[in-house]
Amino acid sequence: MSEPIVRYNDVHKSFGDVQVLKGIDLDIQPAEKVAVIGPSGSGKTTIIRMLMTLEQPTSGSIIVDGKNLWHMEKDGDLVPANEKHLRQVRGDIGMVFQHFNLFPHMTILENCMTAPIHVQKKDKESAKKDSIEMLEKVGLGDKLDDYPAMLSGGQKQRVAMARALVMHPKIMLFDEVTSALDPELVGEVLEVIRDIANEGEMAMVLVTHEMEFARDIADRILFLDNGVIAEEGPPMDVLENSTNERLQSFLHRFRT
Amino acid sequence: MSNWSWSTFSDAFPVVLEGLGITLGLTIACYLFALIFGFIWTLIRRMPIKVIRLPLLWVMEFIRSTPPLVQLFFIFYAWPMVPVVGMALDPFVSAVIGLGIHYSTYIGEVYRSGIDAVDNGQWEAARALNYGTSKKWTKIILPQALPPTIPMLGNYLIIMFKEVPLASTIGVLGILAMANDYGAQHWRYLEPLTIVAILFLVLSYPSAILINKLERKMNKRFDKKEPTGSKAV
Amino acid sequence: MITINAIADIFPVLMKGVEITVTVLLASIVLGYLMAFIAGFCRLSNNILLRKFTGFYVEVFRGTSLIVQLFWLYYAFPILFGIEVGSNFWAGVLAISLNYGAYMSEIVRSSILAVAKGQSEASTALNMSRFQRMRLVIFPQAVRMMLPEFGNYLILMLKSTSLVSLIGMTDILYYGDILRSSNLSQAPTVYFLVLLFYFILALPLIWLTKKMESASKKGVASQ
Repeated sequence: MSEPIVRYNDVHKSFGDVQVLKGIDLDIQPAEKVAVIGPSGSGKTTIIRMLMTLEQPTSGSIIVDGKNLWHMEKDGDLVPANEKHLRQVRGDIGMVFQHFNLFPHMTILENCMTAPIHVQKKDKESAKKDSIEMLEKVGLGDKLDDYPAMLSGGQKQRVAMARALVMHPKIMLFDEVTSALDPELVGEVLEVIRDIANEGEMAMVLVTHEMEFARDIADRILFLDNGVIAEEGPPMDVLENSTNERLQSFLHRFRT
Repeated sequence: MSNWSWSTFSDAFPVVLEGLGITLGLTIACYLFALIFGFIWTLIRRMPIKVIRLPLLWVMEFIRSTPPLVQLFFIFYAWPMVPVVGMALDPFVSAVIGLGIHYSTYIGEVYRSGIDAVDNGQWEAARALNYGTSKKWTKIILPQALPPTIPMLGNYLIIMFKEVPLASTIGVLGILAMANDYGAQHWRYLEPLTIVAILFLVLSYPSAILINKLERKMNKRFDKKEPTGSKAV
Repeated sequence: MITINAIADIFPVLMKGVEITVTVLLASIVLGYLMAFIAGFCRLSNNILLRKFTGFYVEVFRGTSLIVQLFWLYYAFPILFGIEVGSNFWAGVLAISLNYGAYMSEIVRSSILAVAKGQSEASTALNMSRFQRMRLVIFPQAVRMMLPEFGNYLILMLKSTSLVSLIGMTDILYYGDILRSSNLSQAPTVYFLVLLFYFILALPLIWLTKKMESASKKGVASQ
């Protein structure tokens, strides 16, 4: 096995008095596809939000590509990371949100172009070319100058994916990306994720309720329960052969 | 800060304070006038006949967008000179009418927002119950439309309190006029004007906090959602 | 009585005041908006001292009357600190812009806070810096939310410029008062015309406010 691209070491997270994560140890390999399932409130989303630096762990460390995400060295000591350090590390990570979070004051194309131009300092022409390419890939090449408000939920989510992909991250995080969609729009979004997964080079972490989908594309499934990883393994082992009772009853609710 | 004199301060304080009764009284009087007159604008807004409604709404817009100070001067200096209807009014009454009418145009909009916020179904229900016009308004619409506007109306009480010193310019002897008089007599404006500022602050700041609390309570009671979560875009 | 002759006499006199009224208005608008943004951002700063100090400024100016602030700046301030504000022009402009700047800073602050949290998270996920998040994502949306209220304050500021006549600035109302004191019987015509002058100045502002309202309806993700 190669060096993991992400490593969680005994990560804890509390919100006030509520302990959400009670010691997460997790390695993610480059190009690995990991699906995270579990009941709501189990801390699934918090796991990836900490990786995206949207939430700070209460204790423990997260290593991204050999670099400590939340801590940095200063005069030989390990001190909490500052904004500059966070920016250096999180450049490898992209995220797609449940509620899309598109920028409503920008066109679809501008949504995709703005970060390559301002963050990666690409010149405008190549950023535009990349963005158009990516939007065509998600099937929205004809909507470049539309504003987000004019799109359906499924289209918005595909734009959000193009916006993240155009940054060429090594790790992509998907936070329940189909939960806010009307049922008939879920398919088109999953289709795009499947295409991305098949290209293979990115590590992907998907927090999801789509069990069938998770089985299809994931290399590994984590069942999160009560703040710990209660079960993990290849999809078949977790979804079909596990003896974990909590997992059984969780899956049972989805099957019916 | 060497020019500050505490002895002038304590000398001027009771003089300025003498005007407080007038300032507060004028505030209440203007406010009541505006509350009542505001209804007239609301009625005009609902008038079905366009040729009457539109010109009157322009009058409202005119009053709203011109300075209350000039309107005060108009009532006090010009009204007595207007043929037939004109008559001399004392400063206090002029201020009540001038500021009252000016702010009634704002209060009217507050009423309107309250009425607009009443759910469509309530109007239909009134029709379904075959209520007459007056019964519809007094039993169904107004009891729902007015309470949510109370915090906004409260805000206007504070706003009017702060506008009332304009009346010092036509000789209403509130705290600002008292301070100006003291200043002119003793050629010391610093302390009396500072006293006026302090009085306004001391009276309006706690009231503003109170209104804020009331607003939050009202929002809860009338089930207006506190902004939570993010709208999906 | 309003006669054509009277109007023809009064009109040119009032015209002389338009320039001052407009100058005071424009200067107050520029300084007032500037103050609003400065104070609004200061109240969101991480620096407690800056936040408290700005909060104090805002509460003092919102808690007292504009006319009191104007007199205080013009008559009291120079005595207290031994320095002149500069002139009655600056006393007037400062009073108006500090007063409305305080009110509008609350609009700036609340608009920035009202931009949905997901917007800032999405820009973090795109690895924008704090400054870029504000400049590219939060601020452009917050400004759209500020527009309608900002429009209303334009008219409030126009109306408040009439106060500068009280400290001897030769604006429209000042000339109106002179005409009235020279001939009380024409007071109705004079003041009606003064009001009309202000209304005509207000018309473009009313139009602008409507524009700002419709512009603000586009492109905002609010909480």
